[in-house]
Amino acid sequence: MADLDNEQNKVPPLPSSISLISTLGVVAMLSGFLVVLVYEYTKPIIAENQRLATERAIFKVLPKANSYLTFLIKEGAITQVDDTTKGELIYAGYDKNNNFVGLAVNAAEQGYQDIVKLLYGYQPETGCITGYDVLKSTETPGFGTKITTDKEFLANFSCLDAKVNQEQTGLINVIKTVRHGSKAKPWEIDAISGSTITSNAVGRMFNKSGQALHPIISKNLTLIQSAKQLKRGDHGQLN
Amino acid sequence: MANSTKKEAPLTLDIFTAGIWKENPVFVMMLGLCPVLAVTNSVENSLAMGLASIFVLVCSNALVSALRNFIPKQVRITTYIIIIATFVTLVDYIIQAISLDLYNKLGAFIQLIVVNCLILGRAEAFASKNSFTKSVISALGMGLGFTLALVMLGGVRELLGAGQLLGYQIFSLNFEPWVVMILPPGGFIVLGSWLLLINYFEQRKTGQLITQDSASHCTVSQPRS
Repeated sequence: MADLDNEQNKVPPLPSSISLISTLGVVAMLSGFLVVLVYEYTKPIIAENQRLATERAIFKVLPKANSYLTFLIKEGAITQVDDTTKGELIYAGYDKNNNFVGLAVNAAEQGYQDIVKLLYGYQPETGCITGYDVLKSTETPGFGTKITTDKEFLANFSCLDAKVNQEQTGLINVIKTVRHGSKAKPWEIDAISGSTITSNAVGRMFNKSGQALHPIISKNLTLIQSAKQLKRGDHGQLN
Repeated sequence: MANSTKKEAPLTLDIFTAGIWKENPVFVMMLGLCPVLAVTNSVENSLAMGLASIFVLVCSNALVSALRNFIPKQVRITTYIIIIATFVTLVDYIIQAISLDLYNKLGAFIQLIVVNCLILGRAEAFASKNSFTKSVISALGMGLGFTLALVMLGGVRELLGAGQLLGYQIFSLNFEPWVVMILPPGGFIVLGSWLLLINYFEQRKTGQLITQDSASHCTVSQPRS
């Protein structure tokens, strides 16, 4: 015990600053080397995983699609881009004969815990939202997560009315979530009892996305519909 | 430097097994409870977090132990944090490469392994004072003990909260899931219950030993009286 006290009282000589800095420098360099090595190795694998996840979601919301093309919406104009482009992307699905079968559009809104991100199917010719896939959600299990499992709620999206008005400035009707069991109009969403916050978030995000993007899609529909026939350099081919 | 000159205890099986049960990081030392409570809502998540923690624990302890004689005392904590953060970054990329779904389920808790006090605690208390082999073996034991605790919690929570184990339906579909079990309060309830159970049996065992001990004293003393 006495030895221990002596050892504790003894102040060790302070090493020079250079030795401290060089130790930290060597360890930091070693750390940087390892991180770069693993980052470079996993980068293409992660990018491929992300592409596959997007592709899976697109073919889920557009079941008739066999391939797809990616478009970027920027300042009211639509241009065809590749998958790696960042920005407001929409995906147009085409069948085996390169006929247009619908669009997959991203939407996001604040839910109960965090932002809920969806990819939804949209038929511009009929103005229908025809289903969605949840891309990101941290909603409460058993409550907010019901948006993926509740059959009654999913039935809202057999054809949710999201038609564009004649002036092509927005939707004819505001999409909104109504109290459970009180849906009367095709543009209303019947909320899930007990999960109203997430149900409302779904309604808000469809309305926000519809008001902003559907008029632009409507104006450029011919371009999207014929893009596949004009350009054969397709990607996202379903094997 | 002084550490290397000290006589080290020999390598025994106890170094490996201590972390698994006798000094279990969760049930005995109560370390790293943040991921324990947060990600144990299913066995799959528990296993993934456990394996990620084992990787970080073993690699960081190995490197800390290998460099222990070169790291000045004044910058040791900073160095340990850099080493731990490096391996956490690596595990973050590796999980993203293995499965994006799993990565999304574990959320921020992979990055938060950096601040898991179990890992820094083992680096400071064990790896910086012991040989490479002993540090790796001890880290492996501790990591397995941590994973065991996570799976014990995850198993109960998934079974009661969803009626499933590893995604397979165990209870009939008529079973009404106890949703609270997969919510954060369920983590506290199940952890508390496991601690209660383990401590109850520990105390009973100690009680039996004391009784046996006093009984043997009695038999010796009987002839005298």
